[in-house]
Formats: sequence, C-alpha cells, structure tokens
Amino acid sequence: MKITVYGSGCAKCKQTEELIKRVVAETGVNAEVVKVSDIREMIAAGIMSTPAVAVDGTMKISGRVPNADEIKKWISG
Amino acid sequence: MSKKCCCEKKEDYKLPVKATLPMRTVVIGILSLAAWWLLYGQLGAISQWITYNLIGLTRNTHLGSSVEVFLFDTLKVMMLLVLIVFAVGIVRSFFTPEHTRKILAGKHESIGNVFAALLGIVTPFCSCSAVPLFIGFVTTGIPLGVTFSFLISAPMVNEIALVLLYGMFGWKVAALYLGTGLLIAIVAGWIIGRMKMEKHVEKWVYATQMGDADDASQELTWPTRIQYGLDAVKDIVGKVWPYVIAGIAVGAGIHGYAPENALAAIMGKDAWWSVPLAVIIGIPMYSNAAGIIPVVEALLSKGAALGTVLAFMMSVIALSLPEMVILRKVLKPRLIATFIGVVGIGILLIGYLFNIMDLHKLILK
Repeated sequence: MKITVYGSGCAKCKQTEELIKRVVAETGVNAEVVKVSDIREMIAAGIMSTPAVAVDGTMKISGRVPNADEIKKWISG
Repeated sequence: MSKKCCCEKKEDYKLPVKATLPMRTVVIGILSLAAWWLLYGQLGAISQWITYNLIGLTRNTHLGSSVEVFLFDTLKVMMLLVLIVFAVGIVRSFFTPEHTRKILAGKHESIGNVFAALLGIVTPFCSCSAVPLFIGFVTTGIPLGVTFSFLISAPMVNEIALVLLYGMFGWKVAALYLGTGLLIAIVAGWIIGRMKMEKHVEKWVYATQMGDADDASQELTWPTRIQYGLDAVKDIVGKVWPYVIAGIAVGAGIHGYAPENALAAIMGKDAWWSVPLAVIIGIPMYSNAAGIIPVVEALLSKGAALGTVLAFMMSVIALSLPEMVILRKVLKPRLIATFIGVVGIGILLIGYLFNIMDLHKLILK
C-alpha cells in the first residue's frame, strides 16, 4: 500500500505526515508513506488545498488534518 | 498491544454515507447552545464576582474596575470566538475549494466577482495553499479577476476579524468592515480582470493540466462536520487566545493610563497623510486578525481616526509579504505589483471615506 501525503511544508502538513506514520506503525500495516511537496505534482493529482492524502492513488482527504480513526479506516481497507 | 485483525472492523465501511444528524447530537447541541446563552448573559455578574469576591478588590477603585473590564472583555470575546469559529467550521465543511471552484466556473465576470468575494468568506483558505488554489481556479476557466476577488476576500474578511470587531466595537463597525472588505475584493478583482493581465501569469500555469480528484466533501457525515467544527475551535482558538488576552490587557492599560488623544495629531482624521502611511506600513506586515485588533483597539483609544485604523488593519491582513512571495511562483512581478496597487488604493479610499464621513461615533464606549 502506498500512502501519499501532499503538502507544501505547512505545520498541518507535517502533522498529517507524522500522524499517518504513527498510525501505520501502530497498526503494523505494510504501507509506504510518501511526502509530495512539489506543486506541479499536487496540481496533476487535482489538489487545491493542503494537506491532502491519497491511498494507492485514491484521494481520501484534502484541506484538513485527518484524525487517527479516519486513517485507520483507509489503511484497513 | 492486542493484535486485532484490521478486517474485523470492516462493518465500519457499511455505514450509510449520508448519515443524518443523530438525535443525541441534536440534544447535546441544543443544551450546549442554551448553556452558552445563559453563561453569556451572566458574564457581567461573573466578572464582578471574580474581581470583588474571589480576588477581593475594592469596588469603585481604579484597579478594581480595570480588572473587571479586562475580565469581562476577555470572557466575552473568547465565548464569541468559540461559538462563531465552531459555527463557521461547520459551514466550511460544506465549502471545499473544489466545490467553490465548481460554483465559480460557470459564472460571468461581474457576477463571478461578487460570488468569489462571498465564497471567500466561507471557503477554508490558508495562504500556504494559495498556489494550488490559484492554478486550480484559472486552469478550469475561472477568469483571472474573479480568482483575485477570491484571493483578496479569503484572508481579509474572516470570522475572527468580525468577532473581535463586534466584541470590541459593536456590530456597526463589524458590519462596516464586512461590507467594505467585500466591496474592495469585488471591485479590485473586477478591475484586475478588466486590465487583461493574463500574460503576466507565469506561462507554465496555463499549460498545467489539473487532475481530477474526487470531491472529498461528499463523504462527510454530520458527526464528521461537527468534528470539523470542534477541530476548528481547538485549532484557531487555541492559537489566538494569547493575542486576544494580551491585546485586551494592553488596551485596558492604555485606557486607564495613557493621555487622551495622544495620537489625534498624527493619526486623527485631520492628518490626511496618515491614511496612505498606515497602508504603506501595513502592506509588508503580516499578522492575523487576532494579532492586529489589539493594536487597533489601542490606536483608537488614543485618538486615531477609525478610517486610518481600519485601513491599517485591512492592509496588514489582506496584503502580506509572505503571501506575495508564495504567489510569485505563479504571477509575474508586474501582476503582483498591480494586485498590491489596486487593493492598496481600494483600502486607501475606504480609509479616507470613513474619515470624511466621521464614523468615529460608531465606536462603542
């Protein structure tokens, strides 16, 4: 599984990345967490507000920090 | 740690996507609102009780009344902030930038400017994602001027500014700020649109293909929206409360100890040059509404004119150096200069207008 965190380096983006890494570690799911901060890549993915998260290419959230329960739902799919 | 298989929780997925508002949440909501209302009505008595009974200060003394006013103002502004930020948080969960873009995409220029300025109030916006938002707007055919109306309104007209202005100066000043802020966003955006400056947008922007992401807002359920509101309260109120308290304290101190009209000569309505000066000083400064309103309060109480002070506040919030640096990635210098110029002149005119109309009497106290 590949989890992509899109963010330009704002505080919320870092928070999102850290939270996802923590949840992945806690649940023991085999997932790779990638951070994308290039604007062109974000645009190509159709993102207008950060932080945004995609799991295996499907957009899950944009514009806010997800909570741990939401992340668990995405990765337990 | 118990090793629960993730598959066991699969029924979570079967939850209906369009869950209605649960009864329990409605009841809790109504009770909380009633409690808020009761508490808000009692703030005067509460601050008196704390000042004279709990701390034990003597009534009708300088210190006693300063502490009482400080407590009252702080509690009032904090309670208003919590309620409004929560409400706006829920409203914003309905307006994602993607959704706003869809609304704006089909609008003609003039009406588009009006819609963009209004949507700027409710759409969640952070200057850190100004670039993807800008590209997302212009590449889906939203006119440049309409995009600018949004970019001007979103940071300038926001709930924190309005709550603080309402709490400290009454609803008339808050309404004036809302109205003129929208007016500047609409007119400035319209003018930029008329100037046909598309060639001053960096070339790669129009060459970019915006991908198609699913609209995340459709998945939101009521509990999530409420969570969104609560998160907003935690996030925003958690961040701004020190500024609010510091500002009210400084304001209270100035009220009590600084000479009246100390600033009247340099920032009063007769000092015509003070308005442009306030705008020029304000442009490079960067602060949020919570940080600037205390200054506003202090300036006003020392005899500065309302138009001058509001012009200063608007230029600090609406135009900032960090945002220009971010926007430089997509805009050529000429367009950035035009943007600053048009908005700056708009703010300048509003400042003069207020000073000429002598609206100072609108301020409570």
